[in-house]
Amino acid sequence: MSIFKLTATAALLLTAAAARAEGPGLGQPLEAADIPFYATYVKPDGTGLPAGSGTAAQGAEIYAAKCTTCHGATGSEGPVMPPVGPNDVWAKPAGSYWPYATTLFDYIRRAMPLEAPKSLSDDEAYALAAYILERNGVIDAETAMTAETLPAVKMPNHGNFLDVWAKQGATPW
Amino acid sequence: MTRSDIDSAALDYAAGGGLLSRRTLLASAAAGTAAGLLQPRVARAEAEIPEWTKAAGARARGYGAPAAAESAVQRAIIEPWQDVAPAFSLSGTPHHKLRGTITPSGLHYEVHHGGRPDIDPARHHLMIHGLVERPLQFDLDALERYPMVTATHFLECAGNSLFNAIMPEPMQAGCDMLHGLVSNTEWAGIPMRVLMEEAGVKPEGKWVVAAGADGPSLARSIPMEKVMSDGMLALYQNGERIRPEQGYPMRLLLPGFEGNMNIKWLTSLWVTEAPVHTKDESGEYTEILADGSSLQFTFAMGVKSFITHPSSTMTMSGPGFYEISGLAWTGAGKVAKVEVSADGGASWAEAALAGPVLPQALTRFSLPWHWDGSPLVLMSRATDETGAVQPARADWKARYHASNFLHYNAIQPWQVTAEGAVQNVYL
Ligand code: HEC
Repeated sequence: MSIFKLTATAALLLTAAAARAEGPGLGQPLEAADIPFYATYVKPDGTGLPAGSGTAAQGAEIYAAKCTTCHGATGSEGPVMPPVGPNDVWAKPAGSYWPYATTLFDYIRRAMPLEAPKSLSDDEAYALAAYILERNGVIDAETAMTAETLPAVKMPNHGNFLDVWAKQGATPW
Repeated sequence: MTRSDIDSAALDYAAGGGLLSRRTLLASAAAGTAAGLLQPRVARAEAEIPEWTKAAGARARGYGAPAAAESAVQRAIIEPWQDVAPAFSLSGTPHHKLRGTITPSGLHYEVHHGGRPDIDPARHHLMIHGLVERPLQFDLDALERYPMVTATHFLECAGNSLFNAIMPEPMQAGCDMLHGLVSNTEWAGIPMRVLMEEAGVKPEGKWVVAAGADGPSLARSIPMEKVMSDGMLALYQNGERIRPEQGYPMRLLLPGFEGNMNIKWLTSLWVTEAPVHTKDESGEYTEILADGSSLQFTFAMGVKSFITHPSSTMTMSGPGFYEISGLAWTGAGKVAKVEVSADGGASWAEAALAGPVLPQALTRFSLPWHWDGSPLVLMSRATDETGAVQPARADWKARYHASNFLHYNAIQPWQVTAEGAVQNVYL
């Protein structure tokens, strides 16, 4: 084998080893300011909640204007997955079944209403979360939902979930 | 295929209901060839010559399409709320009209929580951030230069077969409606590990919250262990760029995990210390058990199979020889065996598996069968390499609250009537 061939082989091996370790390394730096809110999620402890507030009464007005066609006049009629329970349509109403209230704020802000997601203000998302929680009897009518009060809400079904991944990993149930 | 001239008493039976030994068809096929040689059919001068054999055909085209006569092979569309919430829409693969194991890209099942977005690939980015040393973003041109891997995997919606799970009476519909929310694809893309290592995951980064660029920004928390072991950033589907329905220009692929976690239109991977309890893992993709408690983070799909030929809505073309054929898979690895019964489960015979049997991929099984024309029930029962076996429907139902329709993997019985109709039944 000629010297040239040996050198070429060594170079190839080196390149392959570098690629295995790191790939070609073509990622560009990502600045915090370029990360949109929906690339994160509000955590159960409230990390990620923005400033703002909203009450159930304020939420009722927004709900009546933007949510009834799919979720029903008061949130328990449907036809689509009514968030207020108990109801005859959906066994897992968001406002009573979900383990954490923070998910309500985040989901409404990123995904609802279905045809115009990300159109609600933070105050509106707080108010709608408050309305749904109040209609489920989880909070009273007076308490405004904020970055402090929302994560403190104790959801009634919290603690009623078995974490299958923690118990048995990737073994199917 | 019917061969009523065969002496059925002389056949090599493997189980009740006319199930034959796996070698039978080969033997009878050989006999058929021999018979053909004895009576050669020679084309005569007066034989009809079809017009397409007497003309020049169409010229080459840039992108092919199925034959016009196959236009009825379509996905079955399921829209639970129709015009009230049209963006929430599903479609099921017509497995009873397909053979082999690869699902044509245009027939891959769809589950859209907020419709199919129309993404400009030039403006789409993948972000990796959170508990990493170097927050990074990648555009499609950069990703195209990474070393890619190829792997064949099924995707199955956790809600596949939901009608069998919750309807009190069996719904009479085809495999597209009943079991169509599973499909099988040859994916090509970048091992997730390579991209995560480039960003440098911090030791406390144990989960990844993946989010799509669709309207609802669908998001799921995924264990880092899974992402690093066999997670793939899929860019190609059956050789071509991923279809818009499956996440164009890129999706997450987590072999064996419920479809919802394989985030389509993937735009963000946010590394966290714990799951964040996104909407889907808080309610829609949790399972209520018989005692009222719930399962959360039920990721892997269980062992499952169903017979595609013959199957519900089909009609038998008279007594005689048939090949029973179907699909089996498991999120736990490889299918180990598939048994078939033609007498409602009284006796079983082992089907042949078309190799290679791949992990977390659809596997085709088959078994020759001589139907004597009497009514009976066909079923298939898969066992995977971990020893897990498909349950009977009643056993599956007993574990869960009546409302649960997720992770249904019970045995599928098909009733064959004396008239030759094939129907969905519960046993
Ligand atoms: C055009 C129909 C439509 C409208 C209007 C609409 N939604 Fe929804 N909503 C849906 C659909 C469809 C889903 C289920 C989405 C999914 O499964 O991912 C949903 C889900 C939800 C859920 C979760 C339900 C659960 O139990 O999982 C909540 C909470 C919710 N919507 C709140 C709202 C609020 C608040 C509004 C008004 C601002 C609203 N929606 C307006 C269609 C709609």
